[in-house]
Parts: sequence; structure tokens; C-alpha cells
Amino acid sequence: MAENKKVVKGTSLWKDAWKRLLKNKLAVFGMIVIAFMVVAVIIGPPIIYWTTGFTPDYIPSDSKLIKSFPPSLQHPMGTDEAGRDLLSRVLQGGRISLMVGIISTLVSLIVGVSYGAIAGYMGGRIDNVMMRIVDILYAIPYILIVIVLMAAFGGENTPDWIAAISNLFGGGAGLNQIFLLFFALGLVSWLTMARVVRGQILSLKNQEFVLAAQATGVSTMKIIFKHLVPNALGPVIVYATLTIPSVMLTEAFLSFLGIGVQAPYASWGSLCADGIKNIAIYPWQLIFPGVTMALTLFSLNFLGDGIRDALDPQTRKF
Amino acid sequence: MSETNGTILSVNDLRTYFQTEDGLVKAVDGISFELEKGETLGIVGESGSGKSVTNLSVMRLIPEPPGKIVNGDIIFDGIDVRKLNIDEIRKLRGKRMAMIFQDPMTSLNPFLKISTQLMEVTQLHLGHSKDQAYQHAVDMLRTVGIPAPEKRVDNYPHEFSGGMRQRVMIAMALSCEPELLIADEPTTALDVTIQAQILELIKDLKTQRGTSVIFITHDLGVVAGMTDKIIVMYAGKVFESAPTRELFKNPANPYTKGLLKSVPDPAHEEGKALYQIPGLPPDVAHLPDGCPFAERCDRAEDICTKEFPPFIQINENHHSLCHFAKEVYAESTGGGE
Repeated sequence: MAENKKVVKGTSLWKDAWKRLLKNKLAVFGMIVIAFMVVAVIIGPPIIYWTTGFTPDYIPSDSKLIKSFPPSLQHPMGTDEAGRDLLSRVLQGGRISLMVGIISTLVSLIVGVSYGAIAGYMGGRIDNVMMRIVDILYAIPYILIVIVLMAAFGGENTPDWIAAISNLFGGGAGLNQIFLLFFALGLVSWLTMARVVRGQILSLKNQEFVLAAQATGVSTMKIIFKHLVPNALGPVIVYATLTIPSVMLTEAFLSFLGIGVQAPYASWGSLCADGIKNIAIYPWQLIFPGVTMALTLFSLNFLGDGIRDALDPQTRKF
Repeated sequence: MSETNGTILSVNDLRTYFQTEDGLVKAVDGISFELEKGETLGIVGESGSGKSVTNLSVMRLIPEPPGKIVNGDIIFDGIDVRKLNIDEIRKLRGKRMAMIFQDPMTSLNPFLKISTQLMEVTQLHLGHSKDQAYQHAVDMLRTVGIPAPEKRVDNYPHEFSGGMRQRVMIAMALSCEPELLIADEPTTALDVTIQAQILELIKDLKTQRGTSVIFITHDLGVVAGMTDKIIVMYAGKVFESAPTRELFKNPANPYTKGLLKSVPDPAHEEGKALYQIPGLPPDVAHLPDGCPFAERCDRAEDICTKEFPPFIQINENHHSLCHFAKEVYAESTGGGE
């Protein structure tokens, strides 16, 4: 029986999808790069500090005229124009950039999945009103919404709960700003998620197991979140993995414009913005953060595409 | 069935209509029946005759809109089901009235373990703790004859065969010892040997627990050995209602006769073409003024297409919706003996 059970378990949807994912070279490449990147941004800065003594915001106090040094053994990615170690800053920025991707996607997941599932299950007029609201929000340029949100709730006006969350990570005005950015981005990226989930729920809600659950007296919310949402998980995961890079790109864009992450904190976007000022003289200040970001975004997209193909047996050839 | 100990369910002039683009569909149009405690009622009819809608109405599971129960009383053990609000009806569903569905392949949630699905019911209605509910789930699986229930309870639905899943559905339906079990074509999707097992199981559990059962089917062979009385539905109306024996022996409605003749009889019909009722069930959105069965009826006369037939009482428990009910009854009593 125990052996028998193992054989059966081996054919489950997720195991099957995992096997197909491993056959996809680009997806595996993406997975490795992302795993490496996550480990690097977590343990990188402390290691650099122990070995060379540089922190991301350590500014050497000697008064040399030129502080930007090209890559060397001591500074593998060189230094920025204030003399700070660029590798350390890129890794530190990676933390923020990846966190933007993950937290904003989580926010969009929670909002989008609940919204879409409720709209899809309720149907009729409620669905109509809810989805028209989504359509209207779609029509407003999201960058504009983020800019307005950042302006309205930035600085003095930061809501208490955002300050409370940022206090868990050390607090301070700069961090408040970053967490505000997470939520602002999350709040504009749930729209497509809501549509994806609604579509899934619409096709699932007429299945007999929903009627069976109703017939046993299960409440509507439990049917939606316990019975229906798990069944819609596949497309949700795919879309979530593809949301991460798009949110990261938006963050980079905002930081590049100077609305997002601000010094002394860094993200890949703000590092690129700093680097581009000196592109003719100190090209490494743009190249290193830029390449790191591009590589990560590519990898996330490869992985997302890979997961989508792996979860959809019909599009698979191998 | 003379010995009765009270009525568990009484449905009176139930009308459930659906508003569609094609017009008003009178899926159920004036159905009445009574079910005594411990009794089994069979509801027979072709696809689209309103069998399922009747029972979904009883459990108040009609999707609204487009459906609506426009008229009628549904009294379940003295409770007027139509007057309950949604929370009150939810407390009845699964606890005092339960339902088994047609297709066991789709009526279990593919993403949840059997244990999760079984435990949900008792945690909800009996206030079981997790451990109690888990133990109860194992016990229920044993009751419905699933081998090695301790191991099987943590499997997923796709690891069960069709017959096994239907057993799981029955276990789920009976978890809270409901007083009324509605079985909506529970064996249609199963092959014959499994069908016989499932029928036997429902019969056993019913006798053990004294549950009242409504058994919906389009297969007269299935209800013959199961039920105490039968109502035959056609186009949302009751065409004939009678005790099972009487209905099989002395049908008083041409439609029932047609249905009975449609059951293949391998012993006497070898080599002959199988009988079928000609034509198709009418479109319930556009019913004629007269008898809805007139077009397909072999003894229809002018009056049938013009006037709606009366519901004629043949004897105490036997009713038939036909202009010629008494004549048909006389024929079948004469010819049957």
C-alpha cells in the first residue's frame, strides 16, 4: 500500500509540472540566477563588510579629488562618485529591488485574487459593477496614480500602519518612503490579476463540486476561498511570477525619475540613475547595476514563461 | 405504505421558473408530493423534465437570478423552507437534508484531500474538533465500505475510482445523519455492477438509519426495487403519482406506459427493435396550450391538443394527468392480469 501510494503521488499535477519545468533550459537558467541573486543580496553585504570593511554607505574620509575608482580587487565593481563600494551598493540595492517585486506582488495577489474571485463567484450585477471599476482604473495611467499616491502619502503624511511596518525593519523616513512605494505599486498592479482570477472562477463555479459544497451548507466565502481559489492557483502563480519583474521595472523607472527610492538607500533603478550622470567618464557605474538588473529581470521572465508552459500541458511539446 | 409516523417533507404546488433570453422557462410548474419519515420516493422522468430543479428548489439551491421559486410551499419537518433566510437554510443543508450528485467524478473538489472535504461537514454542523472530525471521517468511509479507510482518508479524489468516489459522496452526505437524503441520479455515471453496489449501499444505510430518501432517476429499473412510491414528471408537471407496485402494474398514464415499454426486456424481445417514445421532450419555454405530451402520445385525440388535461384521482394514492386516465388505467388492469 505504501509503495502503491508513492506511485500514485508521483503523477500529481505539481510533480508533473516540476518535471516539465526542469526540462526547460531557459527556466532552469532563470531559476539558478534568481536563487543565486537572492542568496547574494542576503549574505553579500555582510561578507563584504567582514572581508574589506566597506558598507554600502561608507564614504572614505580622505579628500582625494577623484573618488570614482574603476573595478579592482578591492572594489570588484569599482566605486561610485562618492567613493562608496559599488558591489556592496548593488547588492544592497538588490535587496530593495527584489523586495519591491515580492511585496508589491503579494499586495497585488491578495487584493487581485480576492476581488476577482468575489466578482466571478457573485456574478450578475455585482460582477458587472466590480469589473467596470477595474476597467475604469485600467484607463488611468498607473504611473500617474503611483506618483499621486507617493506625493499624497509621502514624508509627513505617511499612514501610521506603513510607518509601523517600516519600523520593523529599522524605520526612518527613507524606509517609510520605500514601504509606501511597495504598497503603491501593489495597489496599481492587481487589476490584471483580478481579471485572470475572475475568468478562472467563472469557469469553475458551475462545476458540480461547488454545488455539492453548497448542498452541505458551506458559506459563500468559504466556497470561494477554500474550494475555488486553490483550483485557480495555476494561472495565478504564472501571472504572479510575471508580475514580479514588471513591478521591479516600474520601481526602477520611478527611482530613475527620482520619485522612488532615495539616498542613502539604493535600488537598481536609483543606482542606474546615479550612474548615467557619469556614463562618459565612469561607465562601470551604469554598467554593473544595469546588467545585474537586466539579468534578474530576464531570469524572472524566463522562469515565469517556464512555469506557464509547465502548468499548461497543452502547449508542451517535449 | 400504510404505517406512517409523520411527514418529513411536504411540497405543495411548487413552481420554479427561469428567466432566459428565450422567454420564461417553467422548469417546475405545480409539483406537489409528500414524503413520510423513513419512506423512499422515486422521481422519474426524461432529461429536462424538472426532476433536478424540484430537488434543488427543496434545498433552495436554485441560482437566483435567473431562477426563482415563484409559488408553492416547501414544508420540511414543520419548517417552511421558503421563509428561511440564507443562514438558516445553510444550517439545514448538509445537516438535516443532504444531497448526492449525478457525477462523482466532478462533485468532489480535486484540490482537497478526502479527509478535508469530509471533515468540513462535521466541523461545520456538529461542532467537531479536528481530531473528532478526522475520526468521524474514517468511520464514515468504513461505513460506506471503503477498504483501509485509515489510509484512504488522506488521498485525493483522483486516486479513487468512480464508484469509490460515489461512496465518498454518500459518506459525506450521511456524515451528520440527515433526515432527508436527496439522491440525484446517483448511479447514472457508473457502470452496472457498481450501480448495483451503490443502490444496495443506499438501501442498507436507509434502513439502518431510518433516513427518508428522494431518489431521482430516468431509469425505471433502478427505482423499482428501491422506492415506496413514484412520481413521474414530464415538462415540469407531475404526470402520474402512485405507489411503486401499482405504478408498475397498473399505469394510468400513456407516458408512464411508454416509459415502462422502453425498458428493454431481453427475455421476450430478442431480435425485435427496441421500443422508444417517438419525438423529443417539448421546449419548456414554449409549451402548447394542451397536453405537453400530446404530440408524442399514441392515443392522443383532438381534445389533447386543445385542453390541458385534468389531474384525475384513480384511487386513494393514485393520480394521473390525462384526459383518458381512467380508460388507460382500465386497459392496464385488464391487460395486466
